[in-house]
Amino acid sequence: MPQLTRRSLAAATAVLLGATALTACGSDSDDEADAGSGPVKLTYWAWAPGMDKVAALWNAKHPDIQVTVQKQASGDDLVTKIITAAKARKGPDLVQAEYQALPTLVTNDALADIGPEVQGVEKKFAPGVWQQTTLGGDAVYALPQDSGPLMFFYREDLFKEYGLTVPTTWDAFAETARALKKKAPKKSLTTFSANDAGLFAGLSQQAGARWWTFEGDTWKVGIDDAATKKVTDFWGGLVAEGAIDNQPMYTPAWNKALDTGEQIAWVSAVWAPGTLTTAAPATKGKWAMAPLPQWTEGENATGSWGGSSTAVTSDSKHKEAAAKFAVWLNTDPEALAALVKESGIYPAATAAQTSGALAKAPDYFANQPDFYTKAAEIAKTTAPAAWGPNVNVAYTAFKDEFGKAAKARTAAAFAKALTAVRDTTVDDLDKQGFEVAK
Amino acid sequence: MTGLASPTLRKAPPAPGTTPGVPQGPPRPRRTALLPTAALVLGALYCLLPVAWVVVAATKADDELFSTFTFLPGSGFADNLGDLTSYRDGIYWTWMGNSVLYAGLGALLSTVVSAFAGYALAVYRFRGRELFFNVMLTGVLMPPVILAIPQYLLMAEADLTDSHASVLLPLVLSPYGVYLGRIYAEAAIPMELVEAGRVDGAGEWRIFSRIAVPMLAPGLVTIFLFQFVAIWNNFLLPFIMLGDDEKFPMTVGLFTLLKQGASQPALYTLVITGALLAVVPLIALFLVIQRFWSLDLLSGAVKS
Repeated sequence: MPQLTRRSLAAATAVLLGATALTACGSDSDDEADAGSGPVKLTYWAWAPGMDKVAALWNAKHPDIQVTVQKQASGDDLVTKIITAAKARKGPDLVQAEYQALPTLVTNDALADIGPEVQGVEKKFAPGVWQQTTLGGDAVYALPQDSGPLMFFYREDLFKEYGLTVPTTWDAFAETARALKKKAPKKSLTTFSANDAGLFAGLSQQAGARWWTFEGDTWKVGIDDAATKKVTDFWGGLVAEGAIDNQPMYTPAWNKALDTGEQIAWVSAVWAPGTLTTAAPATKGKWAMAPLPQWTEGENATGSWGGSSTAVTSDSKHKEAAAKFAVWLNTDPEALAALVKESGIYPAATAAQTSGALAKAPDYFANQPDFYTKAAEIAKTTAPAAWGPNVNVAYTAFKDEFGKAAKARTAAAFAKALTAVRDTTVDDLDKQGFEVAK
Repeated sequence: MTGLASPTLRKAPPAPGTTPGVPQGPPRPRRTALLPTAALVLGALYCLLPVAWVVVAATKADDELFSTFTFLPGSGFADNLGDLTSYRDGIYWTWMGNSVLYAGLGALLSTVVSAFAGYALAVYRFRGRELFFNVMLTGVLMPPVILAIPQYLLMAEADLTDSHASVLLPLVLSPYGVYLGRIYAEAAIPMELVEAGRVDGAGEWRIFSRIAVPMLAPGLVTIFLFQFVAIWNNFLLPFIMLGDDEKFPMTVGLFTLLKQGASQPALYTLVITGALLAVVPLIALFLVIQRFWSLDLLSGAVKS
C-alpha cells in the first residue's frame, strides 16, 4: 500500500515540523534581560493566608525589590507543580515549602543553595529546625518560617470531672486512657488516625527515630527502627485493647467527637487552637495545653507536625534579592509580627516565639494566658527530623497500611503495617534510581 | 432528542395526534415501567442528594456546619455570602469571571473548530481524511489529565505559561467535539443539499454558513455545552498552567481555600458556598440552551 505509506509519512513530517516550530519559538526566551532598569520583580508561591499583606510591608520599604505573592494550595500537589515548573524553567523566584518536601525539591534540582546569601542567620533558629533546611549538609536550601512542636491538648473540665491527671509519660497516658474507658465507656481519650502520617512522624521523631539518613552516596531508610517500632507498638496496643478510638482525624465525625466531648484530648501541634476553633467551637475555653508525654520520666523532647520554610528556586534570576527577602520575612521582628497576625503562623525564629506578637494567648485558649510562653519552652526541645526524597510515598503507604491496621485492631497488624511502609519506601527510592541500603 | 422523555405511570390525556379510533383503554399501571422508573428515581436521588447537601450546607454558619443535623438548614447563608465576597477583596468573583471566560470563549472556539473540522470530514473527500479522523479518535480515548503536563512543557517552550492563552489554547481542539461534529454532519446534512447549493452557484463558504450551520445547530449546541461543562469543571490543566492566582478559574481558586497548610483550618463554609454559586451558571446555561436541542430544522428538505 504505497499510498498509505506516503500519507503516514506526510503526517509524521507535519507533526515533526510542528514540534520544531514550537521549540524554535521558545528557544531564546530564557533570558529576558530585566537586569538593567527598573526594580527587581520577584514572584512568591505561598499558601499561608495574608502573605500578600506581609509582602506589601516589604514592598513599601524596598522599592528596588518588589515581591508579588501568588497564593497556592498547599500539599503534595504543589510540590509536583513546583517540580514541573522547574523542569520547564518557569518556576517562581520563591516558594513556601513544607520541611518534609525539601529533599524532594532538592533532588529534583528545584531549589537553589542560598548558603552564601544567608550567612549568620542560622543562630536565630532552634538547631532541630535549622537542620531540616540544610538536609544535614553545608548547603542551605530554605529558611525556616513556621514550626509545629507537638503538645498535649486536653479538656480541663472533663479531666477534673473524671478525676484524671495530665499524663507526663506515655505509660501514664495509656493508664489515663484505660481509666477513662472504665469511668465512661462511651468516651475515648483520643484516637489513632491513620490519615495523619505527619503526626505519626512527629511522634516517632520524639522517640528518636531517623527515617531517612544519607551517608556517602546511599540513602538509609529507618522507618522500622527501634524508636518507630516502640511508637507503633504503643499506639497499636492502645487501639487493639480498645483504650482509644481508631477513627481518622479531620472528618466531620471527628469534629463532632471533639465538640461533644466524646474525645477529651488531642495530641497535636502548637497550631491546634486554630483547628479547634472550627472543629469544636462549642468547647471554647474548656481546653488546656501541656507538654507532650515523655517516654522516660524527666526527659524533655517533642516532635513536630507541620511547619514550612521559604526557599529560593533554582530558576530565580535574582537569587540574591530573593534570599534577602526570605531573610527579612523570617527574621525581621516586623515581618514576623505581621506573619503571626495575618497568617496565624507559629514563627520558627526563636526570638519571635517570645515576642510581643505572641504575648497574648490565642482567643480559644484565653483561659491559659501563658499559652505561648509554655509553647516557646516546648519548641526549644524539638528533636531533629530526618526527611528523604520520597516522604510523599511513605505517607501514602502509611495511610493505606495503617488504615488497614486500625480497622483490624490487632497489635500484629500494626507491626506488619510498619514493615510494609518501610518496604514500599525503600522500593520506591530504588525505583527512582537512588542508591539505597536494603 | 425528544424521544428520550421517559414513559410515566400517570395516564396522560390523549395527546393531539393520537390515532383516532384506537381505544385508549382504562388507566392500568404498566408493570414494565415500574422497574425502569425505580432505577431512574434511584439515579436521580444519587445525583441530587449531593446537590441538596451543598444547598443545605451553604446555609450553615461555621459552628453549625458539623454539629447540626445534615439536612437541617442553618442560619448563616447571608453571612457566608458576605464572607465569600469580602474574602481577599472579592477574589472569588475574579475567579468566577475567569471561569466564565475560559469556559465561554473556550467552548465557543472549540465549537467553531469542531464545526469546521466535522463538516469538512463529513462532506469533502480528500487524501488522508480517514487517517486524520482516526488520529483524532485516539485523542478521544486519551484522558485530558495525562496531557496536562506535556501541554505545560509545550506552553513553556512557547513562553505562554501562566497566561489566559495557556488555558484556552489546549482546549480549542476537542477531539470529542470534532468526532461529534463529523457524526452529526454526516447524519444531518444530505449530500444532495450541498450539491443542489453548488448547482445554484453558491460558494463553499456560503453553503457551509447558510445551509450547513443551521442544520448542524443542535449538534453544535451539544458540543458547546459539553465543552463548556468540561472546561468549567477542569482542574488539572489550569492548576498546572497558572501560577498567578488572579488568573485562576474557580476550581483552582476554591482549592486554595481548602488547603492553607496544616496550621490553618480549611475554610469549609466559604468553599461550600462558593461551590454552590459555581453550579448556578451551569444550571442557567442548560435551561437557556436546552430548547435548541429539539430544533430539527430542515429535516424534511430532501425526499428519500
